[in-house]
Amino acid sequence: MDTTIKNSNLKSEEYFINMGPQHPATHGVLRLLLTIDGEIIKKVEPDLGYIHRSIEKMCERDSYQQIVHLTDRMDYLSSHINNEAVCLTVENALQLEIPDRVKVIRTIIGELTRIASHCLWWGVMGMDVGALTTYFYGFRDREMINDIFEETCGARLTMNYNIPGGLMFDIHPNFVKRTKEFIAHFKTKLPEYDTLLTGNVIFQKRMKGVGILTKEDAISFGASGPVGRGSGYSCDVRKYHTYSAYDKVTFNEALKTDGDSFARYQVRIQEMWESMSIIEQLIDNIPEGDVQVATNAVIKLPKGEFYQKVETARGELGVYINSTGTKNPYRVKFRSPGFSNLSLLNHIAVGGKIGDLVASMATLDLVIPDIDR
Amino acid sequence: MGLMKDYKTEVMTNQALQNLISIWIPDLEFTEEGSQFLNISVKPEQLHQLLSQLKSNNETSFDYLFCLTGMDWGKELGVIYHLESTSHRHIIVVKVQTEDRENPTLDSVCDIWKTADFHEREVYDFFGIKFINHPNLKRLFLTDEWEGFPLRKDYVDEINMVIK
Amino acid sequence: MNISLNITTTITEFLSGFMSEGAANIGTMVVIALIYLAIFAVAGLYLVLLERKVAAWFQLRLGPNRVGPWGLLQTMADALKLVSKELTGTVKADKFLYNLAPYFVIVSSLMALAVFPFTKEFQAFDINIGLFFLIAISSIGVIGILLGGWASNNKFALIGAMRSGVQTISYELSVGLSLITMVLLTGTLQLSEIIEVQKNGWLIVQGHIPAIIAFMIYMIAGTAETNRAPFDMVEAESELGAGFHTEYSGMKFAYFFLAEFINMFIIAAVATTVFFGGWLSPFGITESIPWLGVFWFIGKTFMLVFLMMWFRWTFPRLRVDQLLTLEWKYLLPLNLLNIILMALIVWLNLTIQF
Repeated sequence: MDTTIKNSNLKSEEYFINMGPQHPATHGVLRLLLTIDGEIIKKVEPDLGYIHRSIEKMCERDSYQQIVHLTDRMDYLSSHINNEAVCLTVENALQLEIPDRVKVIRTIIGELTRIASHCLWWGVMGMDVGALTTYFYGFRDREMINDIFEETCGARLTMNYNIPGGLMFDIHPNFVKRTKEFIAHFKTKLPEYDTLLTGNVIFQKRMKGVGILTKEDAISFGASGPVGRGSGYSCDVRKYHTYSAYDKVTFNEALKTDGDSFARYQVRIQEMWESMSIIEQLIDNIPEGDVQVATNAVIKLPKGEFYQKVETARGELGVYINSTGTKNPYRVKFRSPGFSNLSLLNHIAVGGKIGDLVASMATLDLVIPDIDR
Repeated sequence: MGLMKDYKTEVMTNQALQNLISIWIPDLEFTEEGSQFLNISVKPEQLHQLLSQLKSNNETSFDYLFCLTGMDWGKELGVIYHLESTSHRHIIVVKVQTEDRENPTLDSVCDIWKTADFHEREVYDFFGIKFINHPNLKRLFLTDEWEGFPLRKDYVDEINMVIK
Repeated sequence: MNISLNITTTITEFLSGFMSEGAANIGTMVVIALIYLAIFAVAGLYLVLLERKVAAWFQLRLGPNRVGPWGLLQTMADALKLVSKELTGTVKADKFLYNLAPYFVIVSSLMALAVFPFTKEFQAFDINIGLFFLIAISSIGVIGILLGGWASNNKFALIGAMRSGVQTISYELSVGLSLITMVLLTGTLQLSEIIEVQKNGWLIVQGHIPAIIAFMIYMIAGTAETNRAPFDMVEAESELGAGFHTEYSGMKFAYFFLAEFINMFIIAAVATTVFFGGWLSPFGITESIPWLGVFWFIGKTFMLVFLMMWFRWTFPRLRVDQLLTLEWKYLLPLNLLNIILMALIVWLNLTIQF
């Protein structure tokens, strides 16, 4: 009798699957080691380093102008903002007075970068939950921004438009016109995003109440950007440690208190509206003036430590430079937003289904080169 | 807009912070030289006590560890903690050093800030600093069989490194 | 114009001219099988092309347009490429079942085609349990998917296969029950007779409210049966890579792929037959020319195929537990109530007849 009961005990066994490094949902070479019970996630362990280039070590070898070019290979979707972070650190260290024109142009391009990044995120996020058409809608609008960048910076993705001391060159004569065209266009297209995806019942069912992150956990995990703001944690670097021309514009920090995937989704959609409003406030009043201040051909930072925070499309990027007064930094550390955001994946995915993992990972908006610096 | 808020919060001055913190633990070194923040140097044995107090004290309440940097000063290895308070919005930098390059050990701060988990693994990976009480101290980026710690200043890899 | 549409009789008569009756019967079977196989291999390919064109239209793209005029030969080229590809597989796969699985899927979907009346008398196999036969045959396909996923010895494939099993078994109920609702109205399972009944008005009109409900349930469950988005749990490329056919390559993969499209055609064709009058033209406008029925049948079917493509390219995917909730908690009770409603309507003679 006893043995039969023992034998008839249906026992479920946890198993292990390898998600990545080649997997459609990991958007690059992220490898997740999943422990699963049936469909339910028991543990997510990221395995990183597939595209680690040791940018921090390379920086110790390079001059400050060269470092700028390494940074747009980190979070390639916020390349301009990454460049800006390094330039701001160097400029603050040298106590350079940056012309207003530079500040405004940096802000406009930074916000365009944010919109472009969020467009791409929206596209692939839709794909991750199975709505394949979103991808093309997102890319249609991102393409217009890339065209603007191409005209002004000569590159579409890794722009290298910033240099310590200002900008590489002035904006293209068409820049203002085309940016305005884009804003006018995107104002009609962004509501389409809501029509296609946000309002969809299946989508809301997939997102609401999934991947919940409380405010306390968000702070403890160092979440930043839309991930933190989706949990009601006000963490916009543009507001708290303002830089460039963000003190001259008025905008709202997108905040949602639900802390689920849908909140993070809404924060990003809201941020696109805010970015458009920032650009509109600035685009007509780009001050005249120089686009560079002269720096020495060999930049030597004074002895000391310098830290600069900026808000990339993914969250707070920190640049820490430790200088001994030579032409190379002694130590550079990039505090990348994706790295901290990834560390909370296990926390929000455990207990959910495989589909939930994919959906919540999509709302973290991970860019792998940003994590594997 | 219900979400409109004031982003200018009451920031404690560095002097006030220094006065407050120096009472807790006697022999801390404070400096503002060459940095935009207040720097505290702490001995490894007092590290965990200081950091947990910095977080739990209501006046400081440094609840946001925004950067954890491994550092090789040439002779010493160490870690730099950049802390911010999300309620008071002041920033402080805590530095800890150890001269033991063979077997450097420091206390883990995973129990104080969860983000330290990955950041400490990164430091372990690149600097070889072992963190006591870390739940899962393994190589993060590099493979398990990697020899040496690449971001140390005395690390030499003749094949992959470009040395000038 | 008088074209004899009763293909079986025509071919048998032709063959019995120069061989014995038994041989002629076998010959007929072979000829018809070959014709169906050829037509539907090609039809499957063009459904793929149609899907790609529709997807492109939805997605602000052009779609295939380089191979042949307007890209018409694109899927032919794809098929040729797939034929020439190496058949890879995992070392530890259960070889026999692994190789068997694609045939289960493709054979079951081709068999289902046999019973459709494309127009008056143009039907290979008119059995009196036609609808029942369709439901039965279409559920064999899932065995192929389960076998394929299990025999691949790949965990992603296995998860995909398990999801497929769960999903198909659940939604089979809804497909069956929604069709039974309509059978209450027709009083027969024979497809040709179901169409005869509709000469007094399409069943979706005759049965009005319960018929429309049944149609909606049928389309939802049918989409789920074919494992297409928003019910493509089985493949779910962002979750499982490629799901049950992860380890298949070349023509074996193509069988799964073609079967999906033929199944979509079948689901649409059943809906056309049961709800929209099959080959009957609206208001009998082409009643005197029966062969035009083929075009009506194909036209209606493609409208429904387009509807399914519309679902696929618009909706996100459901999660596996939501999928089951939808079936067991919503569709199934609704369906049972709907049967009662339909029975009442038939009993009280409240149908709309022209």
